[in-house]
Amino acid sequence: MAITTMIGAKIHRREDPRLVSGEGRFVDDFTRPGTLFLAVVRSPHAHARIKKIDAAEAAKAPGVVAVYTHKDIAKVIAGTMPAAPAFVADKKQVPPRFPIADQEVAYQGEPVAVVLAETRYQASDAANLVDVDYETLPAVMDLDAALDAKSPKTHSGAPDNLCWDLTYIPEDPEAMKGADVVVKQRILQQRLAPTPMEPRGVLAEYSNPDRSMTIWMSSQNPHFIRLFLAGALGMPETRIRIISPDVGGGFGSKISPYSEDYLVPAAAKLSGRPVKWIESRTESLQTTTHGRGQVFDVEAGAKKDGTLVALKVTQYLDVGAYVGTFGAFQACACLLAGGAYNWKHVSTRTVGVLTNRVPTDPYRGAGRPEATHLCERIIDLLAGELRMDPVEIRRKNFITDFPHTSHFGLVYDSGAYEKAMEKAMEIAGYAKLRKEQEEARKQGRYLGIGLSSWIEICGFGPSAATAPATGGLALVESAQVRVFPTGSVTVYVGTHSHGQGHDTTFPQIVADTLGVPYDMIELRHGDTAEGPAFGYGTYGSRSLAVGGMAVHKAAKKVVDKARKLAAHIFEAAEEDVVFDQGQFYVKGSPDKRKAIGEIAFASFGAGLPEGMEHGLEAVAYYDPSNFVWPFGTHIAVVEVDGETGAVDLKRYIAVDDCGNIINPMIVDGQIHGGIAQGIAQALFEEVVYDEENGQMKTGTLTDYLVPTANEFPNFELGRTITPSPTNELGVKGIGEAGTIASSVAVINAICDALSPLGIKHVDMPASPDRLWKQMKEARK
Amino acid sequence: MKHKVATTVNGHAHEHEVEARLLLVHYLRDVVGLTGTHIGCDTSQCGACTILVDGKAVKSCTMFAVQAEGRNLTTIEGMAKNGELHPIQQAFWDEHGLQCGYCTPGMIMAAAYLLEQNPNPNDEEIRKGLEGNLCRCTGYVNIVKAVQTAAKTMGGATAAARRS
Repeated sequence: MAITTMIGAKIHRREDPRLVSGEGRFVDDFTRPGTLFLAVVRSPHAHARIKKIDAAEAAKAPGVVAVYTHKDIAKVIAGTMPAAPAFVADKKQVPPRFPIADQEVAYQGEPVAVVLAETRYQASDAANLVDVDYETLPAVMDLDAALDAKSPKTHSGAPDNLCWDLTYIPEDPEAMKGADVVVKQRILQQRLAPTPMEPRGVLAEYSNPDRSMTIWMSSQNPHFIRLFLAGALGMPETRIRIISPDVGGGFGSKISPYSEDYLVPAAAKLSGRPVKWIESRTESLQTTTHGRGQVFDVEAGAKKDGTLVALKVTQYLDVGAYVGTFGAFQACACLLAGGAYNWKHVSTRTVGVLTNRVPTDPYRGAGRPEATHLCERIIDLLAGELRMDPVEIRRKNFITDFPHTSHFGLVYDSGAYEKAMEKAMEIAGYAKLRKEQEEARKQGRYLGIGLSSWIEICGFGPSAATAPATGGLALVESAQVRVFPTGSVTVYVGTHSHGQGHDTTFPQIVADTLGVPYDMIELRHGDTAEGPAFGYGTYGSRSLAVGGMAVHKAAKKVVDKARKLAAHIFEAAEEDVVFDQGQFYVKGSPDKRKAIGEIAFASFGAGLPEGMEHGLEAVAYYDPSNFVWPFGTHIAVVEVDGETGAVDLKRYIAVDDCGNIINPMIVDGQIHGGIAQGIAQALFEEVVYDEENGQMKTGTLTDYLVPTANEFPNFELGRTITPSPTNELGVKGIGEAGTIASSVAVINAICDALSPLGIKHVDMPASPDRLWKQMKEARK
Repeated sequence: MKHKVATTVNGHAHEHEVEARLLLVHYLRDVVGLTGTHIGCDTSQCGACTILVDGKAVKSCTMFAVQAEGRNLTTIEGMAKNGELHPIQQAFWDEHGLQCGYCTPGMIMAAAYLLEQNPNPNDEEIRKGLEGNLCRCTGYVNIVKAVQTAAKTMGGATAAARRS
């Protein structure tokens, strides 16, 4: 029934003309008459008691309209900020979090007061005049020390710093006994700052006569924000409208609600004027949730022939000072730790630790890069012990039968792991690379080749699995397809595009499903006043497999109704009506056709079948039956400078399989960006705090090293296509794949390069100074 | 105290009274009302605010508006002519050189200056030439491709102009 001229086609993005012309509209590009600017007064300390706030001088400063502290905000905001169960239903403690501190601050950058002024500069000036008297308290920074009973506490009066301790599968003391070799490794996952190029921002306008609030915000999921704000502001969702316009990247950091998301609307309500706050980059590095921040203790055993036996993993997760709304999602590293392989036994445990740092929350990949990193690292360590080629140990242990039920009861839908690895090896010229390496080693050069055979769980997700994880709302997805009398179509979706190209790809799906020309289909998203009652947003590589399927489903509902009307017009039985490439005809009479546009026009006219309502539109909610499971193999080739420790990333090859593809150009673009973010973790980026006082040392882009074009080679891509049996489109997800795969490909290559020195493991970022020290130590 | 500043922005004359400390990027966005020039950092690392000042690429957060007195400024809004995209804009579109689009205006302006200086840059020269501009979405692969494509079309156009 569907035609497939658009699905799979390289269509240039329709969002681009405005974006390349400077006519994109991001939050800071909107303004309302009489807008005030808000500046946040933040704690300079990681942990302190607030003794007194003196705002007298700030209030007198030029242009200042108001200074609000906790007592003012508490008049219009109720309750605490949400912390979802995610993958840890029972937490030992969830420190209550209010958008603004009352008596104690628990991380550097926590809001203490807000200043409203007529201009940005005046607000910023006056924020410096707010005098806060603090009594500093000891900062909890180190994860191991934090778990000691004698440690200071992240929050005064807390019993300890343990947020959770959950064993998914307990250790079997017999499990490791079948192994001939056992390796153990502690693996660090440094904290990362997501750093979308557009920082966060909020503009709120409250209408007192209408008792309604309109908020422009840089968000990945405006409907969720509306839900949270409705509760906090004590307003029905119908009176809050959130518009998330063009958004300059999210990478997971624009999912959860933030302090400012509450403070700006609260200030608009209190002041009676529109209020705007735009995050500075320093505020972004300091207060936008961080990713990773984990330590893994990993132990694995294998037989002499390379057969994997047992894997034991403990994850220590730096939760930060409060539990991020989806902070416990990162525990999914424990559920994916076994990777693409058959293990006889897997045991995992997650331990969440509170510290005086900004909370961690999902960042591109969220738990899955960590799982891939630990698994692929430990596989290489085993291969090293067994003197096997990294390719051989992978080949020997790949899961080959699908659907595959993991130790954790998760069902991998489809895969062809070896095929993807073979293809990557072919592009890389693997055998030749090994020969080059041999030559290089003879010359005393450190050339290394690293593999990463990754898998991913994505497409969140099935209602039965996800409703308990959010605290009630299943992560299904909604869409509305509305056909106008002249046959043009508007599609409203609950996902949100901030670089992913939905404006282009979703109409591609509709064009094929409805048989309407692509140019007649418009996509709308990002405004809670439009479309179905709830949209679930874009994260976790879910937009196509869940949101795209909702679009497909709604379009099919439209076809079903159109078919009924076509049958009525043809005076034929419904089952005799054929739908082919956007046109209906009666079986046996293909010459007499009615286009769906003509049926649309008729649906607004007279003479409809009895009981049929006017119009041609449908809403669909799609609840997938399973997650989807993309996979692939990446290969990195590096040369380490034996004198300086500098890493030259010479080549990067990626073969990924995300099932069927809607638009190959966009898929490749997602992979490129993902790879870059994983390489950035492997080589450059790290949020550094002073371990004593909790002061952030990487508060600007001078210190936090987001790589430039000059740091990357060209990426060499290939793909295999293994459709998902989970959904009718056969699609999986690709937004996070590159990041999930790439950090460990690079680190494995570095370890391979330095193996002649006896170096077995390198942590991230593999900066020149870290490698120089390790090489110096190894040469002793 | 306010200071008079007169500039030409995308061919149009502007005259305003501004504070001495007003950054050029805020002048363009908040005073002139051209929001295509973006802000992505506080320390002149990201390049999202890159414009041309008398034809030279400048991060507009590194200048005060008053320093632009008498200068000729070109922002992203001034690149398309007669409803036709500039070849660099077209190349970014054709090569999928952008995703979220936030760094794009600055990247295009930096590319314009790069190609002005070096009309036929190789891969390495493009990467080096754009190292003052950060992109978080593309891994720079298609940005480099877009600049190569633009170099070809612009070179072609110049050659064609020379022939005629």
